[in-house]
Amino acid sequence: MLKYALLRLLGAIPTLLLVIVLAFLMVHAAPGGPFDDERVLSAEIEANIAAAYHLDEPLHRQFYRYFAGLLQGDLGPSYRYRDHTVSELIGTAFPISLKLGTMAMLLAVVFGVAAGSFAALRRNTLPDRSVMAFAMTGISIPVFVIAPVLVLLLAVKLQWLPAGWSGNEGAARFLLPVIALALPQVAYIARLTRASMIDVLASDFVRTARAQGLGTTAIVRYHALKPAMLPVLSYMGPAIAAILTGSVVVEEIFGIPGLGQFFVRAALNRDYTLVLGIVIFYATLVILLNLVVDILYGAIDPRIRQR
Amino acid sequence: MSLLSVAGLTIRYDDAIAVNGLSFAIEKGESVGLVGESGSGKSQTALAILGLLPAQADVSGDIRFEKTALLGASERALDSVRAQRLAIVFQDPAQALNPFVRIGQQLRRILLQHGLAEGAQAQARVIDMLRRVGLSDPERQYRAYPHQLSGGMRQRAMIASALITEPELLIADEPTTALDVTVQAQILELLEDIRKDTALLLITHDLGVVAGHCERMLVLKQGELVEQGATRDVFARPQHEHTARLLAAAPRLDRTDIPTTTTGAELLTIKGASVSYRETGHARLQAVRDVDLTIRAGETVALVGESGSGKSSLARAVLGLVPLQSGRVAFCGTALEGLAQDRATAVRRGMQLVFQDPVGSLNPQMRVANIVAEPLLVHEPDASADTRQQQVIAILEKTGLGEEFLERYPHELSGGEAQRVAIARALILKPKVLVCDEAVAALDGTVREQILALLHEVQIDSGLSIVFITHDLSVVRGISHRVLVMYMGALVELADNNALFEQPRHPYTRALLAAVPVPDPERAGGKATLAGEVPSALAPPSGCTFHPRCPHARDICKTEIPEQRTINSTTVACHRAEEI
Ligand SMILES: Nc1ncnc2c1ncn2[C@@H]1O[C@H](COP(=O)(O)OP(=O)(O)O)[C@@H](O)[C@H]1O
Ligand code: SF4
Ligand SMILES: [Mg+2]
Repeated sequence: MLKYALLRLLGAIPTLLLVIVLAFLMVHAAPGGPFDDERVLSAEIEANIAAAYHLDEPLHRQFYRYFAGLLQGDLGPSYRYRDHTVSELIGTAFPISLKLGTMAMLLAVVFGVAAGSFAALRRNTLPDRSVMAFAMTGISIPVFVIAPVLVLLLAVKLQWLPAGWSGNEGAARFLLPVIALALPQVAYIARLTRASMIDVLASDFVRTARAQGLGTTAIVRYHALKPAMLPVLSYMGPAIAAILTGSVVVEEIFGIPGLGQFFVRAALNRDYTLVLGIVIFYATLVILLNLVVDILYGAIDPRIRQR
Repeated sequence: MSLLSVAGLTIRYDDAIAVNGLSFAIEKGESVGLVGESGSGKSQTALAILGLLPAQADVSGDIRFEKTALLGASERALDSVRAQRLAIVFQDPAQALNPFVRIGQQLRRILLQHGLAEGAQAQARVIDMLRRVGLSDPERQYRAYPHQLSGGMRQRAMIASALITEPELLIADEPTTALDVTVQAQILELLEDIRKDTALLLITHDLGVVAGHCERMLVLKQGELVEQGATRDVFARPQHEHTARLLAAAPRLDRTDIPTTTTGAELLTIKGASVSYRETGHARLQAVRDVDLTIRAGETVALVGESGSGKSSLARAVLGLVPLQSGRVAFCGTALEGLAQDRATAVRRGMQLVFQDPVGSLNPQMRVANIVAEPLLVHEPDASADTRQQQVIAILEKTGLGEEFLERYPHELSGGEAQRVAIARALILKPKVLVCDEAVAALDGTVREQILALLHEVQIDSGLSIVFITHDLSVVRGISHRVLVMYMGALVELADNNALFEQPRHPYTRALLAAVPVPDPERAGGKATLAGEVPSALAPPSGCTFHPRCPHARDICKTEIPEQRTINSTTVACHRAEEI
């Protein structure tokens, strides 16, 4: 098991390298430079700035320099927030995004699995159809539509929840963003769970459990839930990626000072190093979380654990 | 009052009646066999009794467990009868046990759910039960997952799960069909020994199993009960012609003199053939080790052994479908090794193969006419469509299929018809050798007899040699001239039919013969003379690979591989063949 994890970890390195190279090239291929929109500077000062940030060197030298820093955990200075390094900026913004993402993920799994199992047990009845209709809607509407609608409905009209981030305190201000972020995932996981639960409930070993007089509750709890979770677990990788992308939109809409918002600002400001740093940070995160999912998969399925 | 009474049970699906007006009763403690061909409604009956039929089944009639009505009862009411009073063992324990839950937990859950034991006491009771079904090291099996056990051990665990509540009635639906014959014998004996006062409804297609294990029997035909009575009486004087037909089709070990059809000319010579497969990691699995076999023109040779004994690997290597690790094969006087690929293919055209799963081995998107013509397209691409059509019609007729089959698709064929098509496809190239790999294993008794008769006819007609691969010794008795018995990839005995069945020399052959359930209540067959199961081929035992299970093993057997020797024209590989 440990060996398997290590092997997977090693296997992730080429992927990560590729991401770094591609991100580096893409960011540098983008038109305009980081200091373009400042007031007109003399050619001399511009050259000085470029030299200070090594922008005058050939691209491969720049990459080499950047990569060497990366190996020591140094993501370089931010071009825009000149007093801060990229690592510092990520360090302040990420905890908020992490909170948001974790809560959205938990919500998605708990409600998705519950709704999906519920629908599977009441297959083809009205409750099942309603849950699935809801899920269909949730999947087809993008986050940037859901978020404003939620704000309008729950915050402006009903005034149940605070709409914005600033000026509000505590957990309440997380609620709307988390719901907006989680909703499509709740829907998708509900559908996944329903389909796999229906499959599992039709399997021979569930028939055996019924013959043993276990009753529905015990059957779901002790026999069906674990195997029905496998497709959901496989979906966790894509779900994590979706929540990350979603958080960029949601943070922007709700004005949350998380990493997503930083990312958008950095891109608009052509803050090369910050964009690059966040991309690499997120890529590493996604790859690591996928690894964790794989290992969890082995923990649930004993036939895989063997290997 | 009967323990179980079924009256007028009828099960309908949209398009068919699965069970029609079935009535019978089971008394306390008795053992009743329910026999019939596949699709006759046996499993449907079992599921109906337990209330496990799918929702789309339309059920009527009355099923009572003593006074409790089971049909139409609520799930809650059923749950108080299930397991505690009425339990079931299903056919395939690989599917019927939950692969995600440890064996011990699956059994313990039953006790907890019905409030029969708690905590450590429940665990102790499960372990005790695992011990009673003959699982060695039950503490370890308690923590094992189903895939970590062999097929036989899984079925023992399944039986443990059914009997742990000491139910009054146990239904066993084909409990040994997925198992090897020596393991089948063990499991049936176990059921017999362990059930004590529990009544048994034993569902099977195998009359030999009923003869050995049931006091009474019921015969189903297409959902209807055609006969019931004491097993002895039914076997001695079947009242219904369907019963008589089933009995006639049941394979027996009695002497049948099979006319010699061979010209004596050597057709296929296999010398020192070995086959191995690469496993994950660096392990090699030795599937066939050093087998010699000569097949003469016009004879039938059976390859017999339990699953994994290397029968199919040997055949596939001869046909060039897997590489030979070492050894030589000569066909019609031409040595095949070192031959260029296309030459070898041309020579091998004289050897054709028929598989076990008749429907699955035919392309579902092709019509019968094209399926049968396909080999011609490959090997005789220049022939005209007309000639091809003529040949297809002729060969189909030979295999007993009229022109009306030409346009059918595989799913429109019964198992027997599909196997005839597969045989026609194999015969259209006029091969000299036909290899039948478990070709009748999936067929019902009566259909199997028809296919065997067909093969025999073709042989007499065209002097075909047949290599007949099977795990079932009883099928071999009536059709083969010689028999090769394999164990863990090696030849253990090669003998003429009568010599093998009347004077088996190798302890393994004897055990196999003893384990065959004989369809005759007066002559007990189906004896479990072998303990344990076939060891893993990745770690074969030293010396004679059979020694851990052999009742005659001596010290020398553990260290030295027995040489083959010939005793009265029987070839046998056993140190003690002469003395025992
Ligand atoms: N779910 C189902 N839908 C339609 N027909 C079915 C279903 N299950 C079984 N049958 C039919 O019921 C008949 C009896 O089947 P079964 O009880 O499984 O036979 P046996 O156990 O004797 O082989 C068969 O014709 C089979 O095709
Ligand atoms: S060689 Fe020994 S162990 Fe092998 S079959 Fe003969 S007596 Fe048994
Ligand atoms: Mg059946």
